[in-house]
Amino acid sequence: MSSLFSDYDIWSALWTTIKLTVFSAIGSLVLGTIVAIFRLSPVGILRFFGTSYVNIFRNTPLTLIILSCSFVLYIQLGVALADSNAQDFAAVNAFRLAIVGLTVYHATYVCEAIRSGVNTIPLGQAEAARSIGLTFGQSMREVVLPQAFRGAVVPLGNTLIALTKNTTVAVTIGVAELSAVLKTVTERDPGSLNLAFLVVGVFFVILTLPMGLAVGWIGQRVAVKR
Amino acid sequence: MTQAAPAPETQASPGEPLVVLTDVNKHFGDLHVLRDINLSVAKGEVVVVLGPSGSGKSTLCRTINRLETFESGSITIDGQPLPEEGAELARLRSDVGMVFQSFNLFAHKTILQNVTLGPTKVRKMNKADAESRAMELLKRVGVEQQAQKYPAQLSGGQQQRVAIARSLAMNPKVMLFDEPTSALDPEMINEVLDVMAGLAKDGMTMIVVTHEMGFARRAADRVVFMADGQILEQKKPEDFFTNPESERAKDFLSKILTH
Repeated sequence: MSSLFSDYDIWSALWTTIKLTVFSAIGSLVLGTIVAIFRLSPVGILRFFGTSYVNIFRNTPLTLIILSCSFVLYIQLGVALADSNAQDFAAVNAFRLAIVGLTVYHATYVCEAIRSGVNTIPLGQAEAARSIGLTFGQSMREVVLPQAFRGAVVPLGNTLIALTKNTTVAVTIGVAELSAVLKTVTERDPGSLNLAFLVVGVFFVILTLPMGLAVGWIGQRVAVKR
Repeated sequence: MTQAAPAPETQASPGEPLVVLTDVNKHFGDLHVLRDINLSVAKGEVVVVLGPSGSGKSTLCRTINRLETFESGSITIDGQPLPEEGAELARLRSDVGMVFQSFNLFAHKTILQNVTLGPTKVRKMNKADAESRAMELLKRVGVEQQAQKYPAQLSGGQQQRVAIARSLAMNPKVMLFDEPTSALDPEMINEVLDVMAGLAKDGMTMIVVTHEMGFARRAADRVVFMADGQILEQKKPEDFFTNPESERAKDFLSKILTH
């Protein structure tokens, strides 16, 4: 076990996994909320865009999205997300492209979680908001979304846990997160493979188990009483 | 109404028409819910809309602030036609109070926040002013002790009185009541009707859809009787209850007044 930790940079890989999770979670929460607002909007064209976005990206395999971030976005279209003169350009660029891919994909699930939260709100709430003269934007911000988020804590938590584990797909474009360690161990030291899989597996449980507990607790605390 | 409240800015003087519906028609699919509705409500007038269920009276009420769309005809409020959508409609709605059967208080906000939301966000009133005005209104409807609680902690009657205060906080030109007591336990109905009667007495223009015949007799200036999407009679309450003309009205009254 000690050789596994000394020969491979597992702690730094764990840290990369955590950073991927945090940045992608924030990104998909923001993007997913915007898409959800599109899907709930009274404007037909916005609804169309929102619905199309969800249908396209939710139905595309994550691996394909992550790979296209690298192959299409960067290699074909030349979109680089890091300073190309920097020493660590390849690593930083791949890391950021992975965040883009993870964000785009998980935003669809965030959007649908928020919409399910909106469905928990009686129609009368939005009617009352409109009746006192709030505009669509104001009634979203003040009345609908705050209640929708509270009703969506549990499905949002599911998405966060799935996202945490899905960061492992980033290895396909060379991001040195936890599953990249497995790849390296497989190549160099097949004898330690069982141990490496166990360690990485345990790390993910350590990351996601508290999330599940927190989600349940928060969900109950912020629930809107009717 | 508390006298400290600024009078709503309205061009109509007492007795002049404030809400005017002309030839309004609406369908729900095949159902013709509003048929050539013509109704004019004067400033300061209290109009009670009666009729059997399914007669279109709730729809009529909701159409006036465009929670329901309509297909033809026109509705004007204080001389202004109802805008289709957007900021103009929001502005017009802010002048039209609405009280719902199911209260619809904002469940995630305290009672005080429910009342201050409109004034701060729509009227851009500062928070302190909005709160002192809200407390005045909550006191007037008798729920000032509950200001820091959430709607689910209040009884139905208290919630509905808060809903009335929330509407009043916008200084509406007219208030619409869509069966405000139908979801209440019997012992709570009167506390809400008393607040409404007080408003009527203070000169608020009101359109009230209700099944409370006592309130209609006591507080209404005029009773509008609807059936099958049409207005069949418009009369003073005493006239209507003692001397209904249409068969539908006679039938309706015989069913509700014999108990």
